[in-house]
Amino acid sequence: MTDPGEEQAVTGGFIRSYVITSGRELPSADSLALITLVTTAPDQEPPARATPETLAIWELCSGGYLSVAEVAARLQLPVGVVRLLLTDLIRAGRLLARAVPPPAQAADPLILEKVLHGLQRRFA
Amino acid sequence: MDSNAASPESIYVSGAVTTAVKILVVGHFAVGKTTFIRSLSEITPLSTEERMTRASVHLDDLRGVPDKRTTTVALDFGRLTLGDELVLYLFGTPGQQRFMQLWEDMARGALGALLLVDPARLADTFPVIDLVERYGLEYAVAVNSFEESSPHREEELREALDLLPRTPLVFCDARSEKSSAQALVTLVRHLLQRAS
Repeated sequence: MTDPGEEQAVTGGFIRSYVITSGRELPSADSLALITLVTTAPDQEPPARATPETLAIWELCSGGYLSVAEVAARLQLPVGVVRLLLTDLIRAGRLLARAVPPPAQAADPLILEKVLHGLQRRFA
Repeated sequence: MDSNAASPESIYVSGAVTTAVKILVVGHFAVGKTTFIRSLSEITPLSTEERMTRASVHLDDLRGVPDKRTTTVALDFGRLTLGDELVLYLFGTPGQQRFMQLWEDMARGALGALLLVDPARLADTFPVIDLVERYGLEYAVAVNSFEESSPHREEELREALDLLPRTPLVFCDARSEKSSAQALVTLVRHLLQRAS
């Protein structure tokens, strides 16, 4: 039983996400940052019986490193869904993720120096 | 049309890159965030879709049952490889107060924020400043304008926006790579000063 309000909230996009993730709860941004870089692990195959979305991620990531945000944007999938599918692949050892500096170190002067010099060199 | 397919740009980050960082480009609707990002990005700006459960407009709802409605927010972003090991992502972040969950996610781990301001719509910038300050982001202000900068005009704008003396304010043309890069350098210099 659904009331009319609930029916309104369920859009086509929502159903699509639900099917892709088998209705699992989406991981939070803590588990995989938008800027975490991912790529396929060497000598790995895509999982057997992978969904079309997982296969698309596999194919895209096998070309090199991309951020989580880029994977989502290039495949036109919601970020939350991509995060979940990437997490599955990382846990299975099929994908590699580069560590992102933890938030507490984000304002690390050494990193800021590198950003500053990089910008100055690039746009000199 | 899909401009990515035809573009000669490499879509991948160099394998030598070990560190990815982000800076937020914030401002009210149509202030020029995507234009700014496009001027600097090495890839055609991309857009991700974040599905947000949006809190009720009536935040003081006594029933305690939030009116959950799902809204899709588009986040435009670009990428800049800086040297061999570092890649910087610029995320355009919409300034609406109702996207608080999004702001929480975006602010986490951000180096800082560049606040784009339209001098003709200063009032629209106030809520964005509130958000930036609430999430403890260090920021610089870039006035997206064709105006000539003058000390007098700068003082006027500082006063109108109630900026701290230490907050940098620059004039910038978001369509220009050089001008946008200068604004970003101003922000990063400020961040470095605050961090050291």
